[in-house]
Amino acid sequence: MKLTLKIWRQKNSNEQGAFVRYPVDDVDPEMSILECLDVLNESLILKGEAPVAFEHDCREGICGSCGFVINGVAHGPERATTACQLTMRHFKQGDELTLEPWRAKAFPIVKDLVVDRRAFDRIIQAGGYVSVSTGQAPEANGILIGKEAADCSMDAAACIGCGACVAACPNASAALFTGAKITHLGSLPQGDVEHQRRALAMVAQMNAEIFGSCTNIGECTGACPKEIPLEVIAKMNRDYVCASFNRRDDLPAPVPPGASLATGA
Amino acid sequence: MTLDAKIPSGPIEQAWAKACFDMKLVNPANKRKHSLIVVGSGLAGGSAAASLGELGYNVKCFCFQDSPRRAHSIAAQGGINAAKNYPNDGESVYRLFYDTVKGGDFRAREANVYRLAEVSGKIIDQCVAQGVPFAREYGGSLSNRSFGGAQVSRTFYARGQTGQQLLLGAYQALERQVQAGSVTMIPRHEMLDLIVIDGRARGIVARDLVNGKLSVHIADAVILATGGYGNAYYLSTNAKGSNATAIWRAYKRGALFANPCFTQIHPTCIPVSGDYQSKLTLMSESLRNDGRIWVPKKKGDPRPPNQIPEEERDYYLERRYPSFGNLVPRDVASRNAKALCDEGYGVGKTGLGVYLDFSEAINRLGEKTVRERYGNLFDMYQRITDEDPYKVPMRIYPAIHYTMGGLWVDYELQSTIPGLFVLGEANFSDHGANRLGASALMQGLSDGYFVIPYTVGNYLATNKFPKVEESNAEVQSSVAVVKQKIDKLLSIKGKRTVDSFHRELGKILWDYCGMARTAQGLETAIGKIRALREEYWKNVTVAGTGDDLNESLEKAGRVADYFELAELICIDARDRNESCGGHFREEYQTPDGEAQRDDEHYSYVAAWGYKGPDAPPELTKEPLEFHYVHPSQRSYK
Repeated sequence: MKLTLKIWRQKNSNEQGAFVRYPVDDVDPEMSILECLDVLNESLILKGEAPVAFEHDCREGICGSCGFVINGVAHGPERATTACQLTMRHFKQGDELTLEPWRAKAFPIVKDLVVDRRAFDRIIQAGGYVSVSTGQAPEANGILIGKEAADCSMDAAACIGCGACVAACPNASAALFTGAKITHLGSLPQGDVEHQRRALAMVAQMNAEIFGSCTNIGECTGACPKEIPLEVIAKMNRDYVCASFNRRDDLPAPVPPGASLATGA
Repeated sequence: MTLDAKIPSGPIEQAWAKACFDMKLVNPANKRKHSLIVVGSGLAGGSAAASLGELGYNVKCFCFQDSPRRAHSIAAQGGINAAKNYPNDGESVYRLFYDTVKGGDFRAREANVYRLAEVSGKIIDQCVAQGVPFAREYGGSLSNRSFGGAQVSRTFYARGQTGQQLLLGAYQALERQVQAGSVTMIPRHEMLDLIVIDGRARGIVARDLVNGKLSVHIADAVILATGGYGNAYYLSTNAKGSNATAIWRAYKRGALFANPCFTQIHPTCIPVSGDYQSKLTLMSESLRNDGRIWVPKKKGDPRPPNQIPEEERDYYLERRYPSFGNLVPRDVASRNAKALCDEGYGVGKTGLGVYLDFSEAINRLGEKTVRERYGNLFDMYQRITDEDPYKVPMRIYPAIHYTMGGLWVDYELQSTIPGLFVLGEANFSDHGANRLGASALMQGLSDGYFVIPYTVGNYLATNKFPKVEESNAEVQSSVAVVKQKIDKLLSIKGKRTVDSFHRELGKILWDYCGMARTAQGLETAIGKIRALREEYWKNVTVAGTGDDLNESLEKAGRVADYFELAELICIDARDRNESCGGHFREEYQTPDGEAQRDDEHYSYVAAWGYKGPDAPPELTKEPLEFHYVHPSQRSYK
């Protein structure tokens, strides 16, 4: 089939971007939308034009690299599907698809459809871990964990850090992402020990980035390719409120956005 | 050159403890004076960088993705092995060791494999402590399942996303060290050369993928954990970005490359659907716990699977291998699928596919239980093929998945360049000629959490590290080599894209050096690869410039390396006149079509050394000795 891709082109973070329309022939319904971009890029390269930059790696929906807004919806129209798994059979002859990068101040555009999501790494750095060093672990079956708790933790741990939640949220809030990590670790006895400290530190970092606030709209969970439930935000808020009563003064200071700990040489 | 594997003397059960005691230590106050470079942030690199940071070393960790959490370890589905014996079914360290040596078709080094089995239990302990949500029984204990090549249930799993959860554990430990200031994470950078000074690895040249700037990073030791080279075949289950450039540049700087022809073809992948196909998707081996593999008994049977009655189906693995059935190792399952498809029994549009059928399991266990075990894999299959595997059997076909070969390392995971350590899939050490399922995650984490923290200390404590300036001639020559190559690729401006060359190269490798190989075919392949490589350097076109985000240029450099590597894979395959594990030479098979080893002549590790652009590589052999598991014809019947 034939269709048109209307794609946001932007050379780098400093220059102005614009939409450009590209007709693509020979679209096979079995191909993914990334493979459709591959086909377009091959033709652009042969014409001496710059190919469209987009993020991708595993192409099986787990690494979280890919993602852009397709016709106004993060990762496109299919539920629980990343862009790399979105096949063209969901579109029809003559369709025009608008592809644009995640739009959020906290995710500056690097080029075309590629954005900088290091804010997510900084939120994890603030406290998204269990403070256990290699070698300190007790016997694995020494602490029993009910299947329900393990399942609840796993539901939240399935987050792939793609950023669709932020892109879908009218406030560009990172509450679903942050709540997912707080719920993943907080549901387990190993992570429960420092759940208060974790909530305070991660929320502080989330607030220091240029993410908006959560107003419980729920677009995030609707766009999430891993269907992370909205409850994780409630869990985050509860942990945060409880922790605020026991506020501690030994928390790490939030890192200012942009002044990344990950200094790229 | 002779290779010293540094295998500790004495009984194998005490080898690692003895080695740890004999190793020199760096005192805690001195650790922060040592700098280390870790390239790669997957299970091996991420766990190594985190553990070394915890010890107090100054660590720089590089990855080419935007975040260390994207490393391709994340895509591992089925599980991780460990000798815990929770199910009380006869598991032990010795059995895991035995199964791994046998599964590798007696081409792995015994001492390394024993150590792997020995530390496997500690890996599970560590991951649970980090908050990895492994599957649990109602009573709260950890759950296990079985995998290919084993008759015990030793595999731990987190739904179909075990790799993701283990990687997030390592990633979180790594980010904790970033916060603590002991690790500097440098994402979106690609290592393009190794800096070797006075015969020792002292740093790397990296390119910032966003602005194209080259930078020099000096350290006391360099640790490569950059994964395998399956993408040389173009279509594989690897991520699109997975590449061999780091290990290949190290090879060209003097590290030996061991057993390059030991590549693993995974039996259960979703078949190719068209020419635009960019990669292949794996369906976890764990599916073979409950799925039954079959083809119609009649060649070219046009009926849909549900209309083929039970007695007209050939459950060929159960028929040929009654004791292991559908859980034979990957090499055996793949070869059988290929043989049947070649004979015309294949299914699907292309005839390159066999059925993986869950109807019996759904009848026995109910759809709910099957969904709990494999739900995400079934969903993934449905999204790609538009078929519902709860109702219709899956169609699967083998695909390149893992590479057992890699840079040669000794027992301490040090390559032939002192100060260059290689971990995980990037090294060759533990899986012989065929890796068992759920063992890659085990090896990556074993290397990173429990081996390198000891062995790198020994190296640092026994060597001196004079300061290296950026103006050093070796440093400048590395930078110049990198620059020259980038400029050359950008200046050719030919008529063919990088991908079109890569596709063609992959096809040559798959056709002549895939599941079945012959001496003659390999000769042909080498000729074709050379001709194509020559055309590449005259006729490739790379879009854009070198000073911004340019995937076309990144790929061009990687594909240039694949050409050279592909030739070495074929040379190694041609040189090994036997069949073993994933290396199947049609000339060498038993009367019933199984791999026929030649222990008298080929019981060695083939380690290849680079001798210059126009000279053939030089072979050095590390003889393999088996004191515990005696080589026998591998049988899963």
